Amino acid sequence: MTSSEASRSSALLTGTGLRRERAVDDTLAPRRRTRRRIAPYVLLIPAVGILVIALGYPLIWQLITSMQKFGLAQQFGKPADFVWFANYIALATDPYMWTVIGRSLAFCFVAAGCTMVVGTLFGVLMSTVNRGVRIVLQISMLLVWAMPVVAAMTIWTWLFDWHRGMVNWLLTGMGLDFHDHSWLQNPISFFAVGALVVIWMSTPFVAFCVYAGLVQVPGEVLEAAEMDGAGARQRFWGIIVPMIRPILAIVLLLQVIWDLRVFTQIKLLQDAGSIASETNVLGTYIYQLGTGSSDFGTASAVSIFVLLLTIMLSAFYVRSLVREDDEP
Amino acid sequence: MTASIRSPRRAKPRTSRLLLNLLAVVAALVWIFPVYWMVNSALLPNVLLQSGTPAFLPFGGSLDNFVAVVGGGTFLPALGMSVMIAGITVVCCLFFAFLAALAISRFRFRGRKSFVLAVLFVQMLPAEGLFIAQYKMMASVHLLNTVLGISVLYIAAVVPFTIWMLRGFIAGIPADLEEAAMVDGLSRTQAFLRITFPLLAPGLVASGVYAFLQAWNEFTVALVILQKNADQTLPLWLRGFIQQSTSKAIDWGQVMAASTLVAVPVIVFFLFVQGRMTSGLVSGAVKG
Repeated sequence: MTSSEASRSSALLTGTGLRRERAVDDTLAPRRRTRRRIAPYVLLIPAVGILVIALGYPLIWQLITSMQKFGLAQQFGKPADFVWFANYIALATDPYMWTVIGRSLAFCFVAAGCTMVVGTLFGVLMSTVNRGVRIVLQISMLLVWAMPVVAAMTIWTWLFDWHRGMVNWLLTGMGLDFHDHSWLQNPISFFAVGALVVIWMSTPFVAFCVYAGLVQVPGEVLEAAEMDGAGARQRFWGIIVPMIRPILAIVLLLQVIWDLRVFTQIKLLQDAGSIASETNVLGTYIYQLGTGSSDFGTASAVSIFVLLLTIMLSAFYVRSLVREDDEP
Repeated sequence: MTASIRSPRRAKPRTSRLLLNLLAVVAALVWIFPVYWMVNSALLPNVLLQSGTPAFLPFGGSLDNFVAVVGGGTFLPALGMSVMIAGITVVCCLFFAFLAALAISRFRFRGRKSFVLAVLFVQMLPAEGLFIAQYKMMASVHLLNTVLGISVLYIAAVVPFTIWMLRGFIAGIPADLEEAAMVDGLSRTQAFLRITFPLLAPGLVASGVYAFLQAWNEFTVALVILQKNADQTLPLWLRGFIQQSTSKAIDWGQVMAASTLVAVPVIVFFLFVQGRMTSGLVSGAVKG
């Protein structure tokens, strides 16, 4: 749903107790058995119903509209012409679309990469420092993790405010020329601010996951390695990283999926004052096409592209969750 | 591990350990600073915030900004809107997800696997990939700018993950308990209500808080569905404060007070379920 931190927190909160239940059908009377056979389907009706209405219908509408010429005229009742893949072809040959894709990918890799590095570092710190210090670090991480995304954006907009922002004051104080510097005007520094916010917000999730994994690395193994003369770096790359690799892989995958669809942060920074066409990522481009220029055909085509990309990337994650569901 | 083995190399680990501790404290301070800055600025009058040197401590601070924001006339309607939408989302979502989770964790049926798979994929779908279509749908049934319209979309967005969450909790309660109660003469429904349901309460609370946080924080869908200034949720209301902040004078004290008001319930709820989250995190991720 949203890219809010709370959703990130829970995304790995999955199998707590994964026990396969025994079927108890065999002792039941025939009538009960019939009831038992249809019961699960009845139980699924409300959930499936709401998903079909709120996601299924729009999805199908979008799929059809992405193959129609659906613009402002159609908004006012003109029937839409079916154009098959013309919208997709127009997009594929539009250099601006490629710019947006490139921007989104670059942003995603920088943000996800930095988040992984910083988050892993913080996770390792949590597991090595004294108890008191660890609690201080964990409280700090938790508060950041809990921040609602829009509130976080107002804070960072204030920190980077061109006139009285903390960041400009600090940099000017260090002797650099940042007096009344506007960070959001230049696309590069615009995205730097955006990435900084995303990294700041996502680090706690990575840190806690890494920490949770590290806690399970047996201390004896590390001690044994240390006695055998393995240095800190060797212990990290030779023992710790291989042991928490499954966690790192899933967390990285989730970061990539989440950062690829970044919307709220970029949209709010655009609102604060920058040229949208120079800072659009996939999400904001869809928004602009749909609500700004009422070009629903093209907007739908870009949306379908984003959905396909997400589903492809999610397949790995879903596979690991399903495997867990199957395990007794 | 005995001290004697380590003793020759003791001096070095101690200094490096000190450095690591120091690094951790610095990291904690740097990360928490923006949150501190929000509260600090919220307490200070705008005159002070607009003076050349930032005030690092809220000396001479007051709750004036909070009073101004709450009394501004737009906060309470937005709060009401957010509470109503979040409430509807939590209640409906828990009910729908509970029934579905029951089906997939207590029954083996044809199509179960496909349903689980579908739920997991749907849960990953980005709001940005569907919101234009959802906007068109809501417009065509005249549900734009309505609590019902946005609630339906929120329930659908939150239900998949809630199903997955509750499935874990229900599966964690052995069916044997129910069976034993049934041997003692309770019907299946009675056994479930009297035995399993009370054990499930913590799971329902955690899932409910998850649904609440989602609905409370949601921005993307609200942006397209709620377009009137009169019907805004808190995130949209907060957005109004920073729009065009590069070109107009902004009372940052009030913006930070507004942000604090939006963030506080979230932080409280989040810390409330945090223990469950981190413990679930371990068992979930390690298997992966």
